[in-house]
Amino acid sequence: MLHRYPKRVAIIMLVLTALVATFPLWGEAAFGNQANFMLEKLTFMLILALFAMSLDLLVGVLGLVSLGHALFFGLGAYTLALASPDFSPASMWWMLPLVMGISACVGLLIGVLVIRTKGIFFIMTTLAFGQMLYYFVSTSRFAGGTDGVFIMFRPSLAIGESTLLDLDNPYSFFYFCLGMLLIGYLFLRWLTRSYFGQVLDGIHDNEHRMQALGYTTGGYKLVAFVISGVMAAIAGMLAAMQYGFANPAQLGWHTSGEVLMMLIFGGMGTIFGPILGAFAYEILLFTYEHMTTHWPILMGLTIIAAVLVLPRGIAGLIIAPPWHRKRHTTTETAEGPKGSPSAQPATNSKEG
Amino acid sequence: MDLAFFSVQLLNGLQYGLLLFLIASGLTLIFGIMGIINLAHGAMYMIGAYLVYDLTMRLGNFWLAIVVAIPIAIALGLIIERLFLDTLYKRDHLYQVLLTFGMILVLNEVQRIIWGGNVHSVPVPAPFDSSIQLTANLRYSVYRLFVMGVCLALAGVIYWIIRHTRLGIIIRAGAVNRDMVEGLGINVRTLFTLIFSAGVALTAFAGMIAAPLTSITPGMGDSILITCFVVVVIGGIGSIKGAFWGAIIIGMATTFGSVLIPSLASMVIYLIMAAVLLVKPRGLFA
Amino acid sequence: MKTFKKTSLAALMSATTLMSASVMANDGPVKLGLMLPYSGTYTALGEAITNGLKLAIEQEGGQLGGREVEYVQLDSEADPSKAPQNMSRLVNRDEVDFVIGPVHSGVAMGMLRVAQQTGAIMIIPNAGLGAATNELCMPNVFRTSFSMWQDSYPMGKVAYDQGHREIVTITWDYAGGKEDLAGFEEAFTAEGGEIVEQILVPFPSTEFQSYLTQIASLAPDAVYTFFAGGGGVGFVRDYAAAGLKESIPLLGSGFLTEGNLAALGDAGEGVMTTLHYAETLENEQNQAFVAAYESAYGEMPDTYAVQGYDTGMMLVQALSVLGGDTSDQERLIDVLANVQLASPRGPLSFSDSHHPIQNIYLREIRDGKHEVVSIAAENLEVPDEACQM
Repeated sequence: MLHRYPKRVAIIMLVLTALVATFPLWGEAAFGNQANFMLEKLTFMLILALFAMSLDLLVGVLGLVSLGHALFFGLGAYTLALASPDFSPASMWWMLPLVMGISACVGLLIGVLVIRTKGIFFIMTTLAFGQMLYYFVSTSRFAGGTDGVFIMFRPSLAIGESTLLDLDNPYSFFYFCLGMLLIGYLFLRWLTRSYFGQVLDGIHDNEHRMQALGYTTGGYKLVAFVISGVMAAIAGMLAAMQYGFANPAQLGWHTSGEVLMMLIFGGMGTIFGPILGAFAYEILLFTYEHMTTHWPILMGLTIIAAVLVLPRGIAGLIIAPPWHRKRHTTTETAEGPKGSPSAQPATNSKEG
Repeated sequence: MDLAFFSVQLLNGLQYGLLLFLIASGLTLIFGIMGIINLAHGAMYMIGAYLVYDLTMRLGNFWLAIVVAIPIAIALGLIIERLFLDTLYKRDHLYQVLLTFGMILVLNEVQRIIWGGNVHSVPVPAPFDSSIQLTANLRYSVYRLFVMGVCLALAGVIYWIIRHTRLGIIIRAGAVNRDMVEGLGINVRTLFTLIFSAGVALTAFAGMIAAPLTSITPGMGDSILITCFVVVVIGGIGSIKGAFWGAIIIGMATTFGSVLIPSLASMVIYLIMAAVLLVKPRGLFA
Repeated sequence: MKTFKKTSLAALMSATTLMSASVMANDGPVKLGLMLPYSGTYTALGEAITNGLKLAIEQEGGQLGGREVEYVQLDSEADPSKAPQNMSRLVNRDEVDFVIGPVHSGVAMGMLRVAQQTGAIMIIPNAGLGAATNELCMPNVFRTSFSMWQDSYPMGKVAYDQGHREIVTITWDYAGGKEDLAGFEEAFTAEGGEIVEQILVPFPSTEFQSYLTQIASLAPDAVYTFFAGGGGVGFVRDYAAAGLKESIPLLGSGFLTEGNLAALGDAGEGVMTTLHYAETLENEQNQAFVAAYESAYGEMPDTYAVQGYDTGMMLVQALSVLGGDTSDQERLIDVLANVQLASPRGPLSFSDSHHPIQNIYLREIRDGKHEVVSIAAENLEVPDEACQM
């Protein structure tokens, strides 16, 4: 895995962040009276970016492909929905820790069970747990069943009597989500470069070697699984806050598939890639849906094309643009017929 | 629960299990030999059902429709394998998951464009369009018995091929160590094409044979897909024997679970899967 | 709006979202946002509703109150998790005057949340969740369809009058199915009947064999069921194949067989259901509607098409009263609420909760058609206690 990226990565990301952060200043000029809608869309993309990024810790860094990550996303949404009082806003000061605590417990419980498996089995067991919670919520009376539940009030962020940030204001909420995403990004960046991250990287490369070196790899994987779950739950909570609505479909495996798609669009194992992926996925979906009611064909073909020709996603393009790569490929294809190594995905499991 | 009730439910569980085996066998073959996770498996089951519906309407005969539909399914498998999967064998499972996820979207939409959104059905074909009396007020369709027979026969044939033919030896060896098989001079490339087409054909055939027993609707494959995964994982990925017993277990659990513990009916198969993986992380017959 | 002050942003925001739907271009085309499923399981329903709606407006020369009509069609995918964003897109981006949708009750919940926040006018042409016009009670929300309770409640008395005393009910384990059974149970037990067993099948499973065996061993007087689409076809065919139809009559909500007649074949013969429409209704409007629909789309209309058609007729009437002027939302809502239609389904008006007041018909399938046996309940109003506007 790459830890040192070319300077242009930082430059591009900073420019994009600045652009997004200043949207309230230029949005009105660019989109006229649709600026409000764009802000709302942008906010949702930030939330999805956090969700996709949390999955990167599992898939990109650790090499464990989860098809049940939506479980945590939905868990965050439903924790908010069920813990919120009916007639007054909850306080963020206890809601956020509650969401994190519950998702950590659930993550720990499920993690202990699934972390023993790997490869296809990990995909399948995470899928199974995701579906289990999906059916549990769908058939439960207390959680509104298949119809879902409303959250009538967004949690408030206040110190004493004074409101720190009015989350009901779309602009404040936008910055709140942006802040959460930045914190999440910096945290993951720090984590993957720390000693802990090095161990995860080692497990990704060769778990047996790490075990032989005396690492209890299971423990490391479990912690990573829980962290990833907690972050996804926070994203789920934000998503439920935005529209005031939680529904079992947020837990389903289709949602898990979509977030994997964002990951691959953006480029996994890079932490910043999934952010780009979430934006790209949503923009594509939005464009296609507006073009034709046959949009699934366009989306499906785009996904297939992305998997075939862009396995390292947008991040791969930025880190190693094709025009930079050309020289390497010509020399290296002579060595082996398997194609250019730079086209190989980052998570190519070396254990097979 | 009296004995008659119990025996009928046993029959129901067995019949559902056998059908599940037929649907899941293609999945486990492709899993085991090629290491490919095919999320579009359910979509192929759906395509099979729609093909046989369409051809029965055109040709006026269910059996003739099946004969015509199977080559179409094989061709579909060939095209998909050569066009899309070929480049993915060396890659991580993630890419297969996503590629076949994209394929679901495309196939479902193609279905909608060709056949529209209405619910269809295929009449139960002669000579099996009668029923026998089971209990005082319950009858059982002869076609269901026929389907059970077909599933058992196919299970036998697949078992025989895998156990007693040269191809079977290669398949078993391939499931254990693909590189070794390649090293022994066997053209894995051709083997893969063969296996994938056979897998798709088996799945589509399951859709065809199940068509008179079910309603043919858009998205019918999505609900069966996850159940198939559970079957395959419980049995042990790549094991035909495992898929068989996995399917029987799930068939029985679904049938008896729905009667005995209705509140958990929707979750029972996942609970079983979690329990199996706890005890044997690689499935029962891996 | 080139300059703005940050302090007034919040006020500005809520004001524009509330007004955007109505203030915009009163002389331009009327924008109809259709949020219906055009892919997946419910595709047929989405298409029938769209066809019916467009037919109604075409018959008026493609205009509403003298204004051209522009359709914005958005695939709801019947995916509730995307519902709020999609609704918000129609209201805030496409700035439609009316949102028409959805089919699926879960999607309706997501849309209602946005309708609540933005005040956009939403007309529900299908989704039967009771809460939409009861607990959630919004002046800007109408329905031209039904609620689960309305179609199943009349069957309770019918079943009792037919001499059934012990009944097994069966449906999918999801909100819509349970609401439907509740309506039936309320009326049936009030008459003095008994629900022997309520069976809930995991959604969306269509594997019914074990349940049929259970029903056979319980041997009730009759079975009442709610399934729809593929599940309806599957259940009725399996029920017939299991030989239960002869000994235990099958009753159901009309959705069991609606739109499914061709797929049901002989298995459907004799099945009795209650619904607010039957294609064989012998009134002038229905005969004209069926003929027009058949010549336009080459197939028989079903209740979904009628619901779409009535949505169109509702808009036609309201906008002709207003002369195409949709700028005053309060007045618009008032006019919509007072619409009275001679619908293909019979007389149709709206209650205080904006819920249709309509006849519920008892129908029996004979020769592949829903023949009307009787009017099970005339001008039935749903007691939406929580919503009296």
